Amino acid sequence: MADAGVPRAGRPVRPFPPGEPVPPEEPAWRRPADGLRAYGLIVGMWTRSALAYRLSFVMMTFGNGALTALDFAAVAIIFGHTTRLGGFSLAQTAFLYGTSGMAIGLADLLLGSMDGLGQRVRDGTLDAMLVRPVPVFVQVAADRFALRRLGRVSQAALVLAWSLSRLDVAWTPGTVLLLPVMLVSGAAIFSAVFTLGAAFQFRFGDASEVQNSFTYGGNALTQYPPTVFAKELVRGATFVVPLAFVNWLPATLILGTPQPLGLPRWVDWVSPLVAAAVCAAAAVAWQAGLRSYRSTGS
Amino acid sequence: MGRTEVRDGTGGTGDAVIRLDGVCKVFDVYRRTGLLRRERREVRAVDGISFEVARGETVGYIGPNGAGKSTTIKMLTGILVPSGGSVRVAGIDPSRERTRLARRIGVVFGQRTTLWWDLPLRDSYDLVRRMYRVEPARFRANLDRCVDLLDLGPLLEVPVRQLSLGQRMRGDIAAALLHDPEVLYLDEPTIGLDVISKAKVRQFLAEVKAAGATTVLLTTHDLTDIEQLCERVMVIDHGRLVHDGDLAGLHAVGASERVLVVDFARELPAVDVPGARTVRVEGPRQWLSFPASASAAPLVAEVAARYPLVDLSVREPAIEEVIARLYGDRASL
Amino acid sequence: MGVYRAVLAGGFRRYATYRVATLAGVFTNAVFGMIMAYTYIALWRVRPHLGGYDETQAVTFVWLGQALLTTTALMGGGCETELINRIRTGDVAIDLYRPVDLQGWWLATDLGRAAFQVVGRGVLPMAVAALLFPLAWPSSPLVWLAFLVAVALGVVVSFAVRYLVALVAFWLLDGAGVVILSNLVALFFSGMVLPLTVFPGALGTAARVLPWSALLQVPADVFLGRAGGAAGVLGRLAFQAAWAAVLLGAGRLMQSVATRKVVVQGG
Repeated sequence: MADAGVPRAGRPVRPFPPGEPVPPEEPAWRRPADGLRAYGLIVGMWTRSALAYRLSFVMMTFGNGALTALDFAAVAIIFGHTTRLGGFSLAQTAFLYGTSGMAIGLADLLLGSMDGLGQRVRDGTLDAMLVRPVPVFVQVAADRFALRRLGRVSQAALVLAWSLSRLDVAWTPGTVLLLPVMLVSGAAIFSAVFTLGAAFQFRFGDASEVQNSFTYGGNALTQYPPTVFAKELVRGATFVVPLAFVNWLPATLILGTPQPLGLPRWVDWVSPLVAAAVCAAAAVAWQAGLRSYRSTGS
Repeated sequence: MGRTEVRDGTGGTGDAVIRLDGVCKVFDVYRRTGLLRRERREVRAVDGISFEVARGETVGYIGPNGAGKSTTIKMLTGILVPSGGSVRVAGIDPSRERTRLARRIGVVFGQRTTLWWDLPLRDSYDLVRRMYRVEPARFRANLDRCVDLLDLGPLLEVPVRQLSLGQRMRGDIAAALLHDPEVLYLDEPTIGLDVISKAKVRQFLAEVKAAGATTVLLTTHDLTDIEQLCERVMVIDHGRLVHDGDLAGLHAVGASERVLVVDFARELPAVDVPGARTVRVEGPRQWLSFPASASAAPLVAEVAARYPLVDLSVREPAIEEVIARLYGDRASL
Repeated sequence: MGVYRAVLAGGFRRYATYRVATLAGVFTNAVFGMIMAYTYIALWRVRPHLGGYDETQAVTFVWLGQALLTTTALMGGGCETELINRIRTGDVAIDLYRPVDLQGWWLATDLGRAAFQVVGRGVLPMAVAALLFPLAWPSSPLVWLAFLVAVALGVVVSFAVRYLVALVAFWLLDGAGVVILSNLVALFFSGMVLPLTVFPGALGTAARVLPWSALLQVPADVFLGRAGGAAGVLGRLAFQAAWAAVLLGAGRLMQSVATRKVVVQGG
């Protein structure tokens, strides 16, 4: 339809140097696999860029792991003064800490630099992404990819493994399956929150810090027991920004702790559905944000 | 809109690579008028532009800052969606099929490099090859040619951060051509470059032009770029095309003045000669301005008869002045 | 002196233009403050008077942390990123030709930034906190005055540390790694994560003599009346001033070594 002006057969060969074949007409990057391939390409470039400063790279990886380790040191110090916090033992809190940390760590690793979108809108470098044959989302997600963020994921994984070794869980096939499912769903929920935040930055780049309230703030929230917080806060984290589905609700099934809001027990199983729903909402918001940018410019 | 005369650079519409028809872009601009109150104002950044560019043409696209140049380019690349009118580039509607179009155009942003700062130049090119899926043999041929013409050989293994501005610009231009774009947009490709780098860039673009297959749209503040590369130039001001034609036409349209530079034997007060104005006095040298259409001979005779003349020369108007006049005097067109 | 005053005012104005960003930051402060306040309340309920604070004082400590987070740049975000960028791109060579001292220039900029943020990112979060939780306010204007001095000294110590960190970029070229490490240490040893008085044994003793305690723990103790009378307050302020002098001196030393070996990128 759009090609009506220039018939396909009439598309002249443009020789530079002369006399060689023209690149294929087929639109690239249509399929998800193509998007993933492009993501991999850009991630590879950033990783090699980081390795250009080897010493700094090592320090950053160490720093990132240590940063979150000190974070857990705070939890350890708290439990040096008490054996229970909000009715949760250290091992139970460590389980929440580990699952929350792995979920946000994975989201942060895969598309954690999306909060830089506002900056790219302001300085105009987003335009360069819009003239490449790769979806903008893929480019923004891969932007400033930092392998050092693996430090956060592995630190959380260690805490989780330690907590599992200390917990006395009555495992059933259901709960064994639930553990990886809740980690993936949690990562998806946090990814959706990152994406939603970035979508808003197409219009409100200056407000980028609000995003941190829901991502890193959400992480700070869900690494402590829900019983510590006021009920309104827990309700907000369940029904408004569904962070409770990252770990609080599914964890009740594994830890055998009471349901924080007294909701029906089936709610504790639906994290994957909630994750799918917020991802869909994030996708819609992203499209709307991009459309708004393309109609108004920077 | 009707005022703008569209020049058809090809004598037909069959081979137009870029085609704009009545294209508009309207922005809402908000101005703070109180603590919370804002005032909405409509700005027509591009106000009904129509033109065509034929395959292989190299066209200069100039105008003052904020005239609508970059808005036009953004609509041509699919970054911005037009508010009205139609755009076709290589037969594609850029706003609807942006990523498909991306494979067929190349863009160079003069003030921002798209090369990878910390990696050797070669790595950026390799990414282009894979991202645009350029066939290896063809990629090698294109790269060899660019390396050859732009003197990039010794730079390929150097991290981009260590390149000079001129070297980086040459690197950027090469990166934009490796996937055989049908259309190349160059936004201020010589800005901030030293004389030698500018010359190299122009020489390369002249080669691209001579090959005849790439359509080039060039925006620049440096009119030497235009003089050396484009036989056609479009001038945009306040969102409208005010000139579309050759450079000579630009002079005629500009209703310009020529300047007679006179050296007298001694310092004199500003001379008074009919048919000319003295615009500048500097020691014994004076500048006399007269209409470009008038002959210089009677003026020279008059000056020689009345004052002790040592030397004189006539200066043709600079394009800058012509364009400045054009912008200031748009209504008379 | 006039130059530095102008630079300081410039730093203030630069941050003051980002009004939306400031409000967004206050929102983030409020969210984090709330989350931390609830965990502190849970802890102080089971261990009243932990670390010498009662529950209200503990909650106030949380919000003081939020209020000083950007002012004393506990997570970075002051001038160091910009300075590192200038070192990386080689623009720092231009700065060295200025007739003003490099360290003085950046200190003035940073003080201007802090002056804005103590208002924009300090007062507003405290106001939000006052609506949500009962807080422990100082009873005497003298305490307020001492607190402001402690905050100012805290900013200088914080700057001195970050300046040292930024200068490392002269050798590493990419300073991001050191910045992350430095921020993490500042966050932990300032008392931002937990009050230093709660830290166990030797760790607690060490944390309290390290320079980072000047960034939050000392101002908070002055604010909460936990510094122990006038002599105690003066002692804390002297502690801050001593670290400021030592670290600024170290910065000067490192600066002269660095400029001697100026590696200008891109040349």
